Amino acid sequence: MISLTYVLAVSGILFAISVAGIFLNRKNIIVLLMCIELMLLAVNFNFIAFSRFLGDINGQIFVFFILTVAAAEAAIGLAILVVLFRERRSINVEDLDTLQG
Amino acid sequence: MFPTLLFVVLSAILVGAALGVILARNPVHSVLLLVLCFFTSAVLWLMLDAEFLGIVLVLVYVGAVMVLFLFVVMMLDINIEELRRGLAGFWPLALAVAGFIVFAMVNVIVVRKLGGATAGAAPPLPGDYSNTRTLGTALFTRYAYPAEVAAVILLVASVAAIVLTLRQRRGGKPQDIAAQVAVRARDRVRLVKMASGKRT
Repeated sequence: MISLTYVLAVSGILFAISVAGIFLNRKNIIVLLMCIELMLLAVNFNFIAFSRFLGDINGQIFVFFILTVAAAEAAIGLAILVVLFRERRSINVEDLDTLQG
Repeated sequence: MFPTLLFVVLSAILVGAALGVILARNPVHSVLLLVLCFFTSAVLWLMLDAEFLGIVLVLVYVGAVMVLFLFVVMMLDINIEELRRGLAGFWPLALAVAGFIVFAMVNVIVVRKLGGATAGAAPPLPGDYSNTRTLGTALFTRYAYPAEVAAVILLVASVAAIVLTLRQRRGGKPQDIAAQVAVRARDRVRLVKMASGKRT
């Protein structure tokens, strides 16, 4: 049987990879959004592992809601991205300094 | 023995695909590798007896969200080289932060063993256990109100996405239905009385 240690280790590595991805792809909004999805996946992994090993269904309920909110976030984020590209012809984060004052 | 082997192989694929997501030069490859990540995660969730969420991950994430990502990536004409420029200097920082996170996790999970919480095996499930039934019972009794809030969030998000990307095209020639209906025959047709001509 899989032990809790393995699952938590995998999810920790996944989270670390996605944090590194945010540093490495600082300019590309699309890859940034994908790294955030990857982070949420790692968090969901933790929830599911603890839910199974503590025998508590509430963790899976939490994953359900996280999936819902993440889907909404992806939809709105991509819509904003499309509008942005239409206005600026670029998705470079460094071009988005209008609010900097 | 076999589940452990399967778990190790799937985890290796998952971590490799995640590395591919952040290192791929082409965003389309990133999206496809992320799909692979979600598939392997779904299988791992199935192995952890979270059947409903494993299937939902494939249906909702791979079927809807990642296809949306793929559409957007293919629709936008992105200059990847320009986005890549000047980021090589971030390698050490990224490695340091990721290494610190892994170190902290290993320290907590493997060395400290979560204060003894990781010792036990998973509690056995009853023979007639149904993950979907258990989840549904909890969701529609104790979590009924949060479930409705989640539904409203989804509705707001979809309306917002449509409103954001809706574009009124200039120079179109749409029909004005009210003007068409309000028209009377006397506005359009003029009857002219004229004497009939003689045949020559």
